[in-house]
Amino acid sequence: MADTNLYAVTALFRTPDQIIAAAKGVKEAGYTRYDVHTPYPVHGMDKAMGLPETKLGFVTLAAGIMGAVGMISFASWVAAVDYPQVIGGKPYWSWPAFVPVTYEIAVLLAVLLTVGAMIAFFFKFPNISHPLHDTPYMKAVSSDAYGVAVRADDPKFDEKEVRDLLKRLGGEVSPVEFSEEFRTFRPRLFEPRFLLLLAGVALVSAGGGYVTWNKLMFMPPFDWMMMQPKAKPQTVSTFYADGFGMRLPVSGTVARGFTLYPYTITDRADSVGALMVNPLVPTATVLSRGKQKYLTYCSPCHGNAGRGDSRMNGQFPNPPTLHSDKVRQWPDGALFHVMTVGQNVMPSYQYQISREDRWAVVHYVRTLQRALNAQESDLQ
Amino acid sequence: MSVTTIDYSKEAPVVEGQPSLRGLDDLIAKPIDEFPHRNWFIGLAITGTMLMIGAVSLGWLLWKGVGVWGINQPVAWGFDVVNFVFWVGIGHAGTLISAILFLLRQRWRTGIARFAEAMTLFAVLCAVQFVLFHTGRPWIAAIWLLPYPNQHGVWVNFTSPLMWDVFAVSTYFTVSAVFWYIGLIPDLATLRDRAKDGIKKTVYAVLSLGWRFSNRHWQHYERAYLILAGFATPLVLSVHTIVSFDFAVSVLPGWHTTIFPPYFVAGAIFSGFAMVQNVLIVTRTAFKFEHLITLDTIEKMNKIILVTGTMVGYAYSMEFFIAWYSGNLTEKFVFINRAFGPYWWAYWIMFTCNVFTPQLFWFKRMRTSLLVSFILAIFVNIGMWFERFVIVVTSLHRDFLPSSWGMFVPTVWDFGLLIGSFGLFFTLVLLFIKFLPAIAMSEIKAVVPGSQPAHHGNGAHHG
Ligand code: HEC
Repeated sequence: MADTNLYAVTALFRTPDQIIAAAKGVKEAGYTRYDVHTPYPVHGMDKAMGLPETKLGFVTLAAGIMGAVGMISFASWVAAVDYPQVIGGKPYWSWPAFVPVTYEIAVLLAVLLTVGAMIAFFFKFPNISHPLHDTPYMKAVSSDAYGVAVRADDPKFDEKEVRDLLKRLGGEVSPVEFSEEFRTFRPRLFEPRFLLLLAGVALVSAGGGYVTWNKLMFMPPFDWMMMQPKAKPQTVSTFYADGFGMRLPVSGTVARGFTLYPYTITDRADSVGALMVNPLVPTATVLSRGKQKYLTYCSPCHGNAGRGDSRMNGQFPNPPTLHSDKVRQWPDGALFHVMTVGQNVMPSYQYQISREDRWAVVHYVRTLQRALNAQESDLQ
Repeated sequence: MSVTTIDYSKEAPVVEGQPSLRGLDDLIAKPIDEFPHRNWFIGLAITGTMLMIGAVSLGWLLWKGVGVWGINQPVAWGFDVVNFVFWVGIGHAGTLISAILFLLRQRWRTGIARFAEAMTLFAVLCAVQFVLFHTGRPWIAAIWLLPYPNQHGVWVNFTSPLMWDVFAVSTYFTVSAVFWYIGLIPDLATLRDRAKDGIKKTVYAVLSLGWRFSNRHWQHYERAYLILAGFATPLVLSVHTIVSFDFAVSVLPGWHTTIFPPYFVAGAIFSGFAMVQNVLIVTRTAFKFEHLITLDTIEKMNKIILVTGTMVGYAYSMEFFIAWYSGNLTEKFVFINRAFGPYWWAYWIMFTCNVFTPQLFWFKRMRTSLLVSFILAIFVNIGMWFERFVIVVTSLHRDFLPSSWGMFVPTVWDFGLLIGSFGLFFTLVLLFIKFLPAIAMSEIKAVVPGSQPAHHGNGAHHG
């Protein structure tokens, strides 16, 4: 058989009743590799051909269960373990809210896998070069005829016998042969044109990807949110008439929580200092806050310990030590005053350090003074 | 007066007359085989223009951002969400016709199923563009729409109705597309075998995947179709239910009502059938499909429109009743404001088109008149668009604090996108009619009189 070009012997029938009878006849004659082709599903054909029940439903069942279990586990893990958030005061694992997504994914997976399995495994599709394709036989059954095809590789196949049987059943018999092209066709993976095409596709998609992610996404209107037009501090603005990016407070208003500092640089530190009391209690938190601010703002000039020996030494009028008797005996308010309005060449720090933090720095300076002039009584 | 008895156990024939199977192919494939009629090009020119208007509006939107729309506080959902819900609603008829009516053994669905399914796909596409673009930066929407592992360690919120919506609509679109394509495969194979020239034949051959009409395949195929119909049926109901959750799960008076899911589903079927009715009547007349899409089919569609329209009317009234019965002042205010506030006209357009005019379908003369069916279906579409407008805009424009009251005034870009979505929809419908069989050939052949074996008798007896 292998050396003939014959693929199958086919016969066309004109009515649904004939095709049912023909299918029964072929089956009863003992052929197994035959098929019936009809333009639409004919009722009762599965029984006539003796086909077993399709197993497609099991694929659906498995896929559906997989989708449902997978999705509810995933949603539970996300919501309760990996990224817990309180939403509407509900528990993290509020599973009824996962029902909609679980349902959708179960359906999606069931449908896609059912159809995918049917096409790929049950039909062995896509296959657009079957010997039956493009034959007069196929063109007839795709419109208005009903056909039976008994394949030449059936163990019982004998061309004459099959022809007689089909004729007896009332069909118009015709053989279908493999075309020569079909028999000799071999897909060649390493054909230069195919490789060139592959390379072209790779190049275009790599280039397209590069341009998209590295260029296009940074061009308007696709730029990122951080790249939106906005006024930044210390920048020129074309939006405001005065050209400043930073704005002054609206005249005649004060920010919330702001109280005007009543003294100026011309007031003596020790005298106005006596009028103010440090509102903070020197707790560990206050001191560490004060330390942080001191190290940030004061240490560049005054040195880490307040001895006036910082790395700025020589480049700027040397600040006096903060451990002088004068400063040690100053009331807290005097230190606060100096920080707030400055003193001679020392600038004011009232805009950099909040009121609260300035009082914390005072506490910290006091701690430094005490540490460098420890007395015996401090041992207790 | 003579008494006439009607035997309701007898179905009206799905296909009138005794067409030959090849004759059916010829008729259905005629728009595909022939060079299109002048009217087709005129139609395409109109819808193409609308599509271009939409494209320009979209370009401007992308360049400037959603600020070009009329939305602002307090009405932050405007045409975007109105159009989304409108189109998703229209997308409900197709799968309902092809799946639910299939399970209910309503054989009259055969003539219109393919058509309606295609319209479902196109409508859902129209809908998806609105939700996608109303995110403002749709090109990075994947970051907040899809749960994928990312370097920020952030996940989406599975308890949010908006997230459910993403899953529901994308699942619905995928399943409908698969359902539609599976149904198309045998017809694509028929077209492949009819085609003569090379490109056409190759395209249909590839699309049909190599279908051979083998009964060994039909066997699985029919089962798969049944399974898909079984899945699609609850899916149809779930999609608009979940869309309604977008509103109902919030705590806004006017949205926060338990009647929303069934009310939305009824409304969706209502508007979907109306849109199918419109396109159907035009196609049927243009392509002389009169004996495939029978007057009986159109009458049955009108009956469904009447039923669902009345259900929607019941929901409108029930909302009012509950607003009063609940004794909740804000709720009461919202509903009185809906009907008699600044947007009263939208409310009454909605009520008239959705509840009053479909009542004409109680009369058989009206149900079987093509002109009346066509006009009333257009009314239903207008009414259903306004329903969504009323729900979205009137619930938002009066916030709890009178200081936060405001009005929504759509801009020209809002209208541009709305027109564009209609352009997209009808362009796709026109292309579909030209390139794919608008009626399922293999399905209609199976219900033609005499197409089934006599002892099994289906077509033979009923037909
Ligand atoms: C730009 C360098 C600089 C910085 C920063 C600086 N100071 Fe001064 N500070 C000086 C100079 C210089 C003087 C001496 C001014 C004078 O001539 O009276 C001074 C004086 C003082 C005095 C008065 C000492 C005295 O004996 O009269 C105190 C108290 C003081 N600074 C505290 C601080 C504190 C607290 C900070 C941190 C908020 C700080 N300073 C930051 C440069 C600085």
